[in-house]
Amino acid sequence: MIKSIKTWILVGFASLLLVACGQGGGGGSKKSKTLDDTKKAGFVKCGVSQGLAGFSNADESGNWSGIDVDVCRAVAAAVLEDAEKVKYFPLSAKERFEALKAKQVDVLARNTTWTLTRDAELGLTFVGVNFYDGQGFMVPKASGMKSTDDFRAGMSVCTNIGTTTELNLADFMARKGLEYKLVGFEKADEARDTYGAGRCDAYTTDKSGLAAQRTVLPNPDAHIVLPETISKEPLGPVVRQGDPIWEDIVRWSLNVMIEAEEYGINSGNADSLKSSDNPAHKKILGVEDDMGIKLGLDNDWGYRIITQVGNYGEVYKKHLQDSGILPGNRGANELWTNGGIIYVPPLR
Amino acid sequence: MNNKNKKYLLQSALILSIVSLFIFFATNAQINMSNRGLQFGFGFLNREASFDIQFTLIEYSRSSTYLRAYLVGLLNTILVAFFGIIFATILGVIVGIARLSKNYLINNLASAYVEFFRNLPLLLQLFFWYYAALRVLPLPQDAGEFFFSSYLTIKALYLPALRWENFYVFLTLFIISIFLIIVTKFYTKKIQEKDGTQFPIFLISVAILLILPSLSLIFGFSSFSIEKPELLKLSETTYTFEGGLEIPPEFIALLFALSLYTATFIAECVRAGIEAIGKGQKEAAASLGLNPNLVLKLIVMPQALRVIIPPTTNQYLNLTKNSSLASAIAYPDLALVFAGTALMQTGKAIEIVSMVMFTYLLLSILTSVLMNWYNKKQQITEK
Amino acid sequence: MRKIFFIKPNISNLNICLPVGSFLILLSFLDIFLNTFYNLNPSFFIIGPVNKVLPLLLGMIGFYLIRIEYSGKKYLDIFNKKINLNNFNALCTLIISFSIIKIMPIFLSWFIIDANFVGDNKDACTGSGACWVYIKVWFERFIYGMYPASEIWRINISFILIIVFGLFGLFSNEKIKRYLILYYAVVYPILAFIIIYFLVSGGVFNLEWVQTNAWGGLSLTFIVAFFALIFCFPIGLFLALGRRSKLIAVRYVSIGFIEFWRGVPLITVLFMSAVIFPLFLPSGVYIDTLVRAIFAIALFEAAYIAEVIRGGLQALPKGQYEAARSLGMGYWKSNYLIILPQALKIVIPGIANTFLALVKDTPLIFVVGLLEIVGMTNLAKTNPKWLGLAMEGYIFAGLIFFLICYVMSKYSQSLEKKLSSER
Repeated sequence: MIKSIKTWILVGFASLLLVACGQGGGGGSKKSKTLDDTKKAGFVKCGVSQGLAGFSNADESGNWSGIDVDVCRAVAAAVLEDAEKVKYFPLSAKERFEALKAKQVDVLARNTTWTLTRDAELGLTFVGVNFYDGQGFMVPKASGMKSTDDFRAGMSVCTNIGTTTELNLADFMARKGLEYKLVGFEKADEARDTYGAGRCDAYTTDKSGLAAQRTVLPNPDAHIVLPETISKEPLGPVVRQGDPIWEDIVRWSLNVMIEAEEYGINSGNADSLKSSDNPAHKKILGVEDDMGIKLGLDNDWGYRIITQVGNYGEVYKKHLQDSGILPGNRGANELWTNGGIIYVPPLR
Repeated sequence: MNNKNKKYLLQSALILSIVSLFIFFATNAQINMSNRGLQFGFGFLNREASFDIQFTLIEYSRSSTYLRAYLVGLLNTILVAFFGIIFATILGVIVGIARLSKNYLINNLASAYVEFFRNLPLLLQLFFWYYAALRVLPLPQDAGEFFFSSYLTIKALYLPALRWENFYVFLTLFIISIFLIIVTKFYTKKIQEKDGTQFPIFLISVAILLILPSLSLIFGFSSFSIEKPELLKLSETTYTFEGGLEIPPEFIALLFALSLYTATFIAECVRAGIEAIGKGQKEAAASLGLNPNLVLKLIVMPQALRVIIPPTTNQYLNLTKNSSLASAIAYPDLALVFAGTALMQTGKAIEIVSMVMFTYLLLSILTSVLMNWYNKKQQITEK
Repeated sequence: MRKIFFIKPNISNLNICLPVGSFLILLSFLDIFLNTFYNLNPSFFIIGPVNKVLPLLLGMIGFYLIRIEYSGKKYLDIFNKKINLNNFNALCTLIISFSIIKIMPIFLSWFIIDANFVGDNKDACTGSGACWVYIKVWFERFIYGMYPASEIWRINISFILIIVFGLFGLFSNEKIKRYLILYYAVVYPILAFIIIYFLVSGGVFNLEWVQTNAWGGLSLTFIVAFFALIFCFPIGLFLALGRRSKLIAVRYVSIGFIEFWRGVPLITVLFMSAVIFPLFLPSGVYIDTLVRAIFAIALFEAAYIAEVIRGGLQALPKGQYEAARSLGMGYWKSNYLIILPQALKIVIPGIANTFLALVKDTPLIFVVGLLEIVGMTNLAKTNPKWLGLAMEGYIFAGLIFFLICYVMSKYSQSLEKKLSSER
């Protein structure tokens, strides 16, 4: 019973009694502590957003879904053989890195932008990109604004604070030489709500976020997202630095979903493709070459991810296109073979 | 072992355990931070903040430093606390006196107000004002002028502003007149103590305060013009006001919540203070032939103040500390700007949270020192 | 005023003044009443600004006429004494009652008449009043937060158990009464903790583990307030004793501790528990957010409790200390048997007030991402299906808090009265 959460009493009193548990960082060892702990606990501890439709969102009965959620489900499928064995921890922008560092969560899949500072200074590792995003603006349609060139000095802009969004906005407005009023909230919902009430003339966040938030405004058709993209926001899952085995498992759980789409494997045909002659199919589905063993898992890991979660294209379609959040073509998030920039190292 | 040694042992054990707790925490923090590649230090204060703040009292832009952002937050905290204290005091005194009214309705209305507002969490009241009450305000283009070119809109309260030329002349005269009033008070009091002559001090003070500063205007040393807010079109449907004074709704909501909440406590202090003055005091004063107003002014209030001031100071401190709830509604105070945005942008958790805590601590200690000094001064007259 | 009226109301013309005055007052209220509820203006024949102030004028004259000292009529005298002492008093009375009549219908129609009670989604809210359907639909969330619906019975049972164990003291006889302090100070908290830990948190006995960030709503308010109360009292007690200790180190440590917590806002303390405290622990050790938040609140309120108890200790006459010592009692024994029972009795109202403040402070746990009832209403208002209903949610949460706090404050006031009469 070594659920960290189950050590309440012990830890509370132990720390008061100054019993130093002389454990180091745990880095460099061959075994993965995170993997062992996860197997013992029987679930993956996954940090998600406090609600962003299409990425990570809970319904009335408390079930989580979204493309970020599916990264955690893929990891659970790979490690614990069951995609449902995930506990979700909704985190604010402020808490997210601290929660990961303090081992409250083991995977942070919370539409987090990959930047040098975060990668280098915060003691974290970004394992890949599951969505290429960029910051944009939403304005009321009736305002007649067609692009950011129509912005006038004196306008107020609602946004979330403490993220790259706020910094990009400041940079952008400074470049344009516009005086503006920043109305910053810690929660995306509050920012959207405040914009919807007319307190702000524009609302800025990542474009995927804008699309998702637009659908939940009282009258979605009364608002448009301006065409400009003012920043690069590659969003991806994050893990703690210092556990390379766990890092690899999360990275390749994501990669195998993308690789599967590239080679045409989906949840429907995975069983039949197990007998395929294509070596790529064999590697992904664990028929040959022991890819899973190399990661410290079993060889069926890829098969389980694809059957239980789906390939990247399926996940994207289900959560972003079919839900009406980002209908239309996938843009940058199309595979590189189809003109997008989704490209992962080969699974070999 | 004798008693004395036992005492020393106990105390050294206490100090030792506290020191070791600190060392334990510090070592852990050091290990944890070096594991994560973090470094402790306040060097970030000189780095460029690169974020914007909506409401600043001093000049600030995205290229300002984190230190500057800290000052902006601190000043915003002080601003809202200052006005909150003024409003809460005015309201609290009125309600406190109303609770002692002989009129059944006034009395009960006042106590209903007190019971209602003091029994609701401040955060809830803040949410109510910001997310519910102030959300029903009109858009700028629909807002009517309600008081001398003022407009109350969902975006802000726009007021006409005074634009000064050579403000310092006016300010100097203003300060001189306040100084003069203090001097006059001092001397009239001395004369009164000597031969009992009473001066209309209040009228003299008002006259000095009105006449002297306005001299600078009359002779043209300084002048001001009134700048009215003008409707400005931003796009087809969005408008704002330009010019004048702009007070954001976040500030208004915070001010409302803080003053309405704290006023209930101040009202109770005032009531208790006045009630603490024995009936005998009032009767004795009345038998000396003083009229009820003079009784209140000369006998009751000076004594009641001695009882009222210490708990009221505590309420002022509470108000200042409670202003940190601003972070729930986007008013850029110290908690939001520094413990919010700056913390998230730099990741310097220990440095920033301790800076914020020590700032509040310092404000508290300063106020208590000031109040203790005032209290002592008040108590001296007591025999 | 006196010059305007040629009649000087006194006991001799009581028979004229009373009916005329009462009639005028009735007329003024009738005018306002008709005006508000039926939108009629009975005084339409009077034009100009006089029309607006007519009820006030009538009322003032009426009140003047019935203001008769020692009329011999008991009710009239009480009436005059309560709300009709002088002209200013009468004016206040009239303005207040007119305002109440004017505002009443607006409140009534929003709260009840035009409000919507039936239905199960927002479309059912067609009236212009409040949408109480929202409260009905979200009720479970407001009480239990995001706790899985199928597991809610666990919270209910835990609370019933805790209340039952809490009432234990009422049924005790003299024999076990002396152990009651021990029971409430040590056994009961541990018992409550075990109940919450195993039943609400789960993870054992085939109960599904529910992580603390799924807890929420009113039940979380209770859990946080309950445990913070239990922890803050003993800590505060020791701090108060420490501050009055003769040992310099103990005294200064206590003073430093108390003044530090009293000088900082609770929100920053919670920030600290959320972002700094994990850094202070050995790596790999993780304490749950809720536990950290409860400890932060407990430490914070303990400083306030300590100051309240210190007030009680200071109020005790020196003789009590000396008497205890002359009986040969040591520090702990004299405190336990003589000093504290008396000191604590004096400060019960102060302690109750601090507890009240603690309950009102629980919503602040939103800064560590925990949503009790205020946080839940704030979350629910952003739900896309229920936009624009912030007011209803806040009123609901406010009502619940008001009930809890009002009862508590009335109880402490009655205790205060009882105690002050005993002395």
